[in-house]
Amino acid sequence: MLTSRCLKGVVTGYPLGIVAKEIKIQESEFNKDFITRLIPKLDWNVFWSTAKQIGYEGSLTQQIIADYENNENFLKDVHHALVEVDIFEGELICPETNRKFPITDGIPNMLIKDNEL
Amino acid sequence: MACMKLNKLEQYLQDIETFDCPKIKLEQYMTPPHIAACMLHTIQSSFEDIEDKMVADLGCGSGMLLTGSLLMDAAFCSGFDIDPGALRICAKNVSEFEFTSYDLLACDITMLDEKFYNLYDTVVMNPPFGTSSKGMDVEFLKSAMNISSGSVYSLHKSSTRDYITSKARQWHVKNQVIAELRFNLPHSYSFHKKKTVDIAVDLHRFTHT
Repeated sequence: MLTSRCLKGVVTGYPLGIVAKEIKIQESEFNKDFITRLIPKLDWNVFWSTAKQIGYEGSLTQQIIADYENNENFLKDVHHALVEVDIFEGELICPETNRKFPITDGIPNMLIKDNEL
Repeated sequence: MACMKLNKLEQYLQDIETFDCPKIKLEQYMTPPHIAACMLHTIQSSFEDIEDKMVADLGCGSGMLLTGSLLMDAAFCSGFDIDPGALRICAKNVSEFEFTSYDLLACDITMLDEKFYNLYDTVVMNPPFGTSSKGMDVEFLKSAMNISSGSVYSLHKSSTRDYITSKARQWHVKNQVIAELRFNLPHSYSFHKKKTVDIAVDLHRFTHT
């Protein structure tokens, strides 16, 4: 899911590039309170550009809207991109080294070998 | 919403599939369903730290605590583990229940980046006891405290209680043993001579001060 995807961007260099080879959409119950609380914790710019890159930004804009707490459509689009869109197969790419981290069965693998530390 | 009954939770958790071949170095023991159910039920009923919360499970393995947290209506759960094979089993287990508000990440728990700091409300975990790789229990705790803005619930051998408490004090973290449990571990590794081993385990609750 995109949450971790953006946050994960983190392990080396930031943000990570993303290649989505297979995307699955999994319907999930919309939890307004949870999404509202999560937004301030997101790096909005990275979240938005990642969503846009894979084509799931919906109505979301580069600038976060002012009163998003009260905008149900906006929150639902965040929910969709964040929780429902699942990159099933793909890779994350370190912006500095181009090191690729595979995403297999929806699970990103950020493990690195000892000699890469 | 009233939380799921303890026996119902335990019943569900009994369907969780365990590791194919547990790795000794990683101290992969599946959290027994009974222990997991008691643990999560206590956390919710006494502290309301699961329902509607964003929960992380460090060293989630096959996903006993992760699945249990979702059954207890966590808003979202993230499972972290260094073993991609265990995570595949975990994904299978969670999908059996048709949960979608979770994600899994294969990574080194001791190297979680600052981007994760304070992200989660609650961390629940059954970390390695630090028997095979010394100090791993404390490394897990350190990471858990970093990524949680609320409480961390973690299982530790009762024999290490004083040590864990002294670590918490050193980090200016409040800790409290909220339950004493007995782990009846089945004979999962060939070096175990007895059929089952009984280990006294504490459920600690850590909070930032």
